[in-house]
Amino acid sequence: MNASVYARRRRVNALMLAATAACAAVSAGVLLGILGYIAWKGASSLSWSFLTELPKPVGETGGGIANSILGSVKVVGLAGLMGIPVGVASGVYLAEYGRTGRFAFCVRYAADVMNGVPSIVIGLFAYALVVMPMKRFSALSGSVALALIMIPIILRNTEEFVRLVPGTIREAALALGVPRWKVAAFVVLPTAGRGIATGALLALSRAAGETAPLIFTAFGNRYWDQGLLGPIATLPHTLYNYAISPYADWHQQAWAAALILMAFMLAVNVAARVWLRPPSTGAL
Amino acid sequence: MNPTMDTEPPAAPAAPASGTAAPAAETILSVRGLRAGYAGGAPVLKGVSMDVRARAVTAIIGPSGCGKSTLIRCLNRLHEALPGAFCDGEVLLGGRNVLDWDPVLLRREVGMVFQRPNPFPTMSVFDNVAAGLTLNGERDRVKLAERVETSLRRAALWDEVKDKLRSPGVGLSGGQQQRLCIARALAVEPRVLLMDEPCSALDPIATARIEELLLEIKDQLTVVIVTHNMQQAARVSAHTAFMLSGELVEFGPTQGLFTKPSDKRTEDYITGRFG
Repeated sequence: MNASVYARRRRVNALMLAATAACAAVSAGVLLGILGYIAWKGASSLSWSFLTELPKPVGETGGGIANSILGSVKVVGLAGLMGIPVGVASGVYLAEYGRTGRFAFCVRYAADVMNGVPSIVIGLFAYALVVMPMKRFSALSGSVALALIMIPIILRNTEEFVRLVPGTIREAALALGVPRWKVAAFVVLPTAGRGIATGALLALSRAAGETAPLIFTAFGNRYWDQGLLGPIATLPHTLYNYAISPYADWHQQAWAAALILMAFMLAVNVAARVWLRPPSTGAL
Repeated sequence: MNPTMDTEPPAAPAAPASGTAAPAAETILSVRGLRAGYAGGAPVLKGVSMDVRARAVTAIIGPSGCGKSTLIRCLNRLHEALPGAFCDGEVLLGGRNVLDWDPVLLRREVGMVFQRPNPFPTMSVFDNVAAGLTLNGERDRVKLAERVETSLRRAALWDEVKDKLRSPGVGLSGGQQQRLCIARALAVEPRVLLMDEPCSALDPIATARIEELLLEIKDQLTVVIVTHNMQQAARVSAHTAFMLSGELVEFGPTQGLFTKPSDKRTEDYITGRFG
């Protein structure tokens, strides 16, 4: 090959490599930038009373968002109780029994479409489904909305991990005279367990950060909630309310709330990745 | 079980080298006109008939794609677990056609060991061996412990794993994993053990261990082993079947088949002229 052509190719190669590295650095830099900015803005308002007290009335300084933190835990927890079993069970069904066929195709397609539906629409749906008939905003309706967001994510993730379990594992269990459903429930499901649990945790953290579905459902509350059938404050929703308010000290508290929310999601993500890291044993 | 089997004569390779290998009284598994194939394809097995002798090792040899694995996978009906796979004919176990049984119950009588070791990744050594029992509802811990120890001893693995029964089964070496799978199959106490090229993923030392254990358990158990390795067939089996293109070409006492094959194709195969 001509030496000058080779030299040109080397130059282009170096240039392209630098370009891709720069793009990668920008992507990572944006995340770090957001985290750093929120930490910088929010840290000053963080205090013990911010984490443990109720909001103060408008005009008074101080107060906290304890009711929102507890509310998020309740709403997201209840959403997990509803969404995870449904998502995991349907994922197992699709991977183990419904690999082909019209029904499986429809379920898969619906899940993919659901995944792309704007979360505000999910919120409206939950409003029509739960709030209207019950004639009240409630934690329950917020949980239903979040569960609807979680189900398609968990379903597809579960299906993927169950499919990754090698057929030889299923055959080994079948060859022992174990019925098909027990093979799915007690051999295949545990083998895919870590991957499924990771997906469920990530879906929980995604739901914990959703605001739009909660606007018409959980509604928000300046006080402790009165049970799951009444309106409830949640962290992202309170953040949203504070951020659009005209008060400077609320803006400041919104930054602190954002910091708590980010810290929570980061903790869940890191926990999911570290604690549920696949061991080198073939379990997924 | 048939009481006459307890008094059967030893499996000396004295029968004539043709057709059915053993007198009916010693036959545990009798295959008649078995045809089988996969989704959308022509039959891979084109009418195979053979009698498997009880409490002896029967080897099935033949080139790749001749239907050896399909044949034994029909015997525990794992073949049908594949979408679109079909199978007809007769497979008589104790005089009843297993193709009419509930496959789940059949597989407790006819166990299987696979080509590659496939211990359950989430289970310990102990739980792997006990899996066939626990998954079918056995809760008696004493009985489970006894059965696990007996099975591991029969699979010649007990001494190597007795101090790490609680560690993961997949942490063992490849050869140990395969013996673990044999122990797992034995724990269900099947009447017949099918082995689908059980040594093809193992080194010669691990292979030798498995052959030794086969020679030890063969008096108590019927074994049907598919192998690519003709020396292995010669070493472990009392009877050998040679298959080619989905047909059973020759079936008889191993010694006779390897020294005086009656069919030209068998001779060509075992002398290495093809395959």
